Amino acid sequence: MNLHEYQAKEILKAYGVPVPQGTVASTAKDAADAAAALGGSAWVVKAQVHAGGRGRAGGVKIVKSSRAAGEAAKNMLGTRLVTAQTGAAGIEVNRVYIEQACDVDQEIYLAALIDRSLGRVAFLASREGGENIEETVTAQPDKVNKLVVDPNVGLVPTDTQALVKNLGLSGAQAEAAQSAMEAIYKAFIESDASLIEINPLALTSAGDLLALDVKMIIDDNAVYRHPEFEKLWDEAEVSADEIEARRHELNYVHMDGNIGVMVSGAGLALGILDLLKAKGGDAADFMDVRPVATREQIAAGIRMLLADAKVKAILVVAMGGGVLRCDTIAEGIAIACKEAGDHVPVIVRFAGTAKELGELAMQNQAVGVTFADDLADAAQKAVAAAGGKG
Amino acid sequence: MGILVDGDTKVICQGLTGATATRLSERAIAYGTKMVGGVVPGKGGQTHLYLPVFGTVKEAAAATQPDASAVFVPPDKAAGAIIESIEAEIPLVVCVTERVPVLDMVRVKGALEGSKTRLIGPNSQGVITPDVCKIGVMPERPHMPGRVGIVSRSATLNYEAVDQTTTVHLGQSTSVGVGGDPVYGMNFIDCLELFFADDATEGVILIGEIGGTAEEEAAEYLKTQKSGKPVVAYVAGLNAPTDRRMGHAGTVDVFGGGGAADKIKALESAGAIIAPSAAEMGTTMRRALGGR
Repeated sequence: MNLHEYQAKEILKAYGVPVPQGTVASTAKDAADAAAALGGSAWVVKAQVHAGGRGRAGGVKIVKSSRAAGEAAKNMLGTRLVTAQTGAAGIEVNRVYIEQACDVDQEIYLAALIDRSLGRVAFLASREGGENIEETVTAQPDKVNKLVVDPNVGLVPTDTQALVKNLGLSGAQAEAAQSAMEAIYKAFIESDASLIEINPLALTSAGDLLALDVKMIIDDNAVYRHPEFEKLWDEAEVSADEIEARRHELNYVHMDGNIGVMVSGAGLALGILDLLKAKGGDAADFMDVRPVATREQIAAGIRMLLADAKVKAILVVAMGGGVLRCDTIAEGIAIACKEAGDHVPVIVRFAGTAKELGELAMQNQAVGVTFADDLADAAQKAVAAAGGKG
Repeated sequence: MGILVDGDTKVICQGLTGATATRLSERAIAYGTKMVGGVVPGKGGQTHLYLPVFGTVKEAAAATQPDASAVFVPPDKAAGAIIESIEAEIPLVVCVTERVPVLDMVRVKGALEGSKTRLIGPNSQGVITPDVCKIGVMPERPHMPGRVGIVSRSATLNYEAVDQTTTVHLGQSTSVGVGGDPVYGMNFIDCLELFFADDATEGVILIGEIGGTAEEEAAEYLKTQKSGKPVVAYVAGLNAPTDRRMGHAGTVDVFGGGGAADKIKALESAGAIIAPSAAEMGTTMRRALGGR
């Protein structure tokens, strides 16, 4: 679960990480008023969307008057911001964040994340923060300092001391950076974060340390123990399809092709996308059915695919396992197809637990589907039914 | 004889009395798995599926000397259950639970360090040596005792590989799922080591997917090995975005790395034979082992 910048800053501020004074606004007038109320002589107006690369895309504006703050907000609100990370459709801007601007001497990069290879929380830090950090991380890994936290020990002061020294900080600034790291670590653990990225952590010309931009991701698997985050969930960031899918416990990602795909299992679903591509087709979606799915959830998923006008054929691939059975999936398909009456061709490949029962159920329900023998055959038939490329 | 489990492996089930755990344990017993007990807090002293139920793993360990524990508990209880088994020094723990919080797994990794336990999972289908021992949620039917070791992140791609190796009459020595999560127990390298040392295994199918660097690390390891056993690799997700969670939590990467093309390149340069698609894992291994 991604948090907006202003939400992440509120959380970090509560843990004692220094952030600029700011206010969130959803109208131009509120934005202008916010700038006036914050005081100062320059402000930053920032589009609140779940995507990086806002600066280069015009989603961050520095203004010198409260009137200009209102103007900048007006130009952002209601538009779709297209950044390097959003895809061509962009994301609609519904809120802006207004902060006091500051003069920056140095931009530091500081992130806490899960190091997957080690299975531990780690900090990454670099003196060369800012917009090019991703290139720095991949091209010049020696410019990135890493601190791995032993879960049995916690964050060790001598380690944070060494890290901030490597960043070239000393004196009061080093101390401020160390306590910021401690606060970030505490926030990371207590919020069940999987990423807290501060870029830049600015050294201002006044000598202060300030977290100017924050990206924070909460582990979806842990949201259940954080009721406080539920109200931060922003439906505007997600397509209507994805909200519907989430309601039915389906893992769904919208894609650009014309073959609607439902697969039991995420890995196999990825494999099917590749197979379709290899056969000259394109998937309209990624839909992974969990082992505990019910026939009603299956029916809801098929309904979504049937309702999508760009879908010219539907491919269902199921490998019945120890929990999910092919006949459950068959019943779900039958429910949705019968409701629809006329529908696009449906190709089904069943294997594993209750394969025959699933095929029998489809035949008994007299639902017109085409069966496939194996993965390659299934992909071939789906691409043919959809009429080749989408 | 396969890896990790054999005909003498004694298994307890944590969460035995739950509905799914009951069904899966019944099937495991029918398959021949030596189930010796269950652990359910507060239900010590009861009997379930004709098996003794204990309140703690420690009590179950003292009474039944298990070689393995199957963890079939909900996500909020999974880490606690695994750590309990680690502390009771159970040699093998298999956790099938989906959606375990990642920081819980960081704690589990901490507990595993220097311990006597190997962990499979979480979010894994488990481990099976066909016709001998099954711990997990995989369908029994496609399996056939045989020559190929299979290790995968995805459960359903694993079943496909099982199905395909059975279809080409190779069968499986043992099939293992390392799980679809970002932080987990045994990895590709741990399993490859065991497969290379196992007499029954003549070749290994390694099934990766986008996200993380486990495939690249396996490739580095393969470069150092001279087992003579062919490794067939398939990596799913060439046509998937890496900035989205594609079902498995383990598919997303913070820095946008973890693409399938890089993984395939790394494995290929390490001498692995790349299966061109998910439909051709079995036939590729058949050719590698000198069959038609």
